[in-house]
Amino acid sequence: MRRRGPAFWCLLAFTLLVCAFLIVPVAMSMLAGVTVNYQSGLSSGLTLRWVAQVWEGYSDTIFRSMGIAVACLACTLVLGVPAAYALNRSQSVPARVIEELLVMPVAIPGLATAMALIVTYNTLGNFRTSWTFILVGHVLFTLPFMVRSVLAVMAAVDLKTLEEGAASLGAGFRQRFFSIVLPNCRPGILAGSLMVVTLSMGEFNMTWLLHTPLTKTLPVGLADAYASLRLEVGSAYTLVFFLMIVPLLVAIQLLARPVQLAGQGAPR
Amino acid sequence: MTFLLFLPAGIVFAAFFLVPLGQLFLIGGSGTEGWAAYGAILANRNYLSSLVSTTALSAAVTAATLLISGTTGVFLTRNRFPGRAALVAMLTFPLAFPGVVIGFMVIMLGGRQGLVVDLLEGLTGERLVFAYTMTGLFVGYVYFSIPRTILTVMASAEKLDPRIEEAARSLGAGPLRVVLDVIVPGLKPALFSAGAICFATSMGAFGTAFTLATRINVLPVTIYGVFTEQANIATAAALSFVLGVLTWAVLAVARTASGSTVAAAG
Repeated sequence: MRRRGPAFWCLLAFTLLVCAFLIVPVAMSMLAGVTVNYQSGLSSGLTLRWVAQVWEGYSDTIFRSMGIAVACLACTLVLGVPAAYALNRSQSVPARVIEELLVMPVAIPGLATAMALIVTYNTLGNFRTSWTFILVGHVLFTLPFMVRSVLAVMAAVDLKTLEEGAASLGAGFRQRFFSIVLPNCRPGILAGSLMVVTLSMGEFNMTWLLHTPLTKTLPVGLADAYASLRLEVGSAYTLVFFLMIVPLLVAIQLLARPVQLAGQGAPR
Repeated sequence: MTFLLFLPAGIVFAAFFLVPLGQLFLIGGSGTEGWAAYGAILANRNYLSSLVSTTALSAAVTAATLLISGTTGVFLTRNRFPGRAALVAMLTFPLAFPGVVIGFMVIMLGGRQGLVVDLLEGLTGERLVFAYTMTGLFVGYVYFSIPRTILTVMASAEKLDPRIEEAARSLGAGPLRVVLDVIVPGLKPALFSAGAICFATSMGAFGTAFTLATRINVLPVTIYGVFTEQANIATAAALSFVLGVLTWAVLAVARTASGSTVAAAG
């Protein structure tokens, strides 16, 4: 191994500092959620009281978020995978324009999208007060992640040749789609699905405007708890949220680098 | 046939995004001020100051993030050592944290019982709670921008040829010269696109600001206030439409610009 100069150690120290900046608050909040009194520190003892209080007050938001995430995944699969196939097949200019358009809900602030949905569908029956109103927002925001990650795999496996082979052996379109296209796109579908579920569970920017008192989601409940309850309860709630999304985040990291998208990150 | 496969997504997208966005544009011009509402962002002192401070904040966040992520990203690409994979995993871990949670992380660091506040008190004797101010927002936005920027920088740094750096060094260039004249130009397309994403998300982010304080003067919070407190839907619509166009334009320009740089280089 090459001898490390002082520059190496300085940069390593800097990198460790950045890591600490990102990870220490996460660890602190997880610990605070099970501490009797955060102000007096760990010596006050550990407790599950705050977690129980969160469960009592907010378990409905947890189940609603899970339900919306699953429904959102179903929608993005049904809409996104065929759309990706169509976009992959067509080399035309309109196809590229559509690809750009689909990413717009990620690039535009969620606040604007939510307001647009509200001014348009405010008066449409029970839609405004239903959880499906939130679902619509989540589908718009997550669809491009599904489409892009499936498209990336489709471009890598040369689907066209595989399909031509199947067609020459007499396979019809339906058979080709289900036995050639879908199995070959599995890595992309899996990566996209994990991303969709993670993002839907954490979406706040749109959901805050789209929700009603009866359709609170987990992040909405979090904002609520941060604003009105003691630090320990907010931490316990955050702990529950971490326990739900950390396995998803780890799976995303193990699977591959997540699909890079313009504006991917508007923290939601 | 393939066109039909796109149809379901196209219908949903048109009905729930394109039409509402058009509606938002029309409503923006339907208030008491009419279409002048679209000029209000520049004519109204409050909105203008909000726009200016949001832009300044986003620019500062972008600069800080590029500096931090660029340094660590290049360092982690160029060096192999035990524990490196764990560091990369930690640095990219908060990638999909929602804004509200990031706001809470800032409270953990700089709130009334914050760790950094305690540490600084030990050093200076002064208790400086910064979480609920523009500084807290800055810290939060840098927090959420680091992971995605590091990913972009590392992907790009892996493609840089270390031999060019060796050549520069053997010709007598100091470390700073190598960074400024070889590494930074090589990373330029990546830094440009990552910076644009960082800037655009900071302009439009809402959750973090909402958690920290609803009185911080940034555009999304201002729009939210106009919408809920003043119930001035037309102005809120106009402002959010302008904000949407603004962020989208920044990203679109960055994409074409970095795209052409890549083409020119390759």
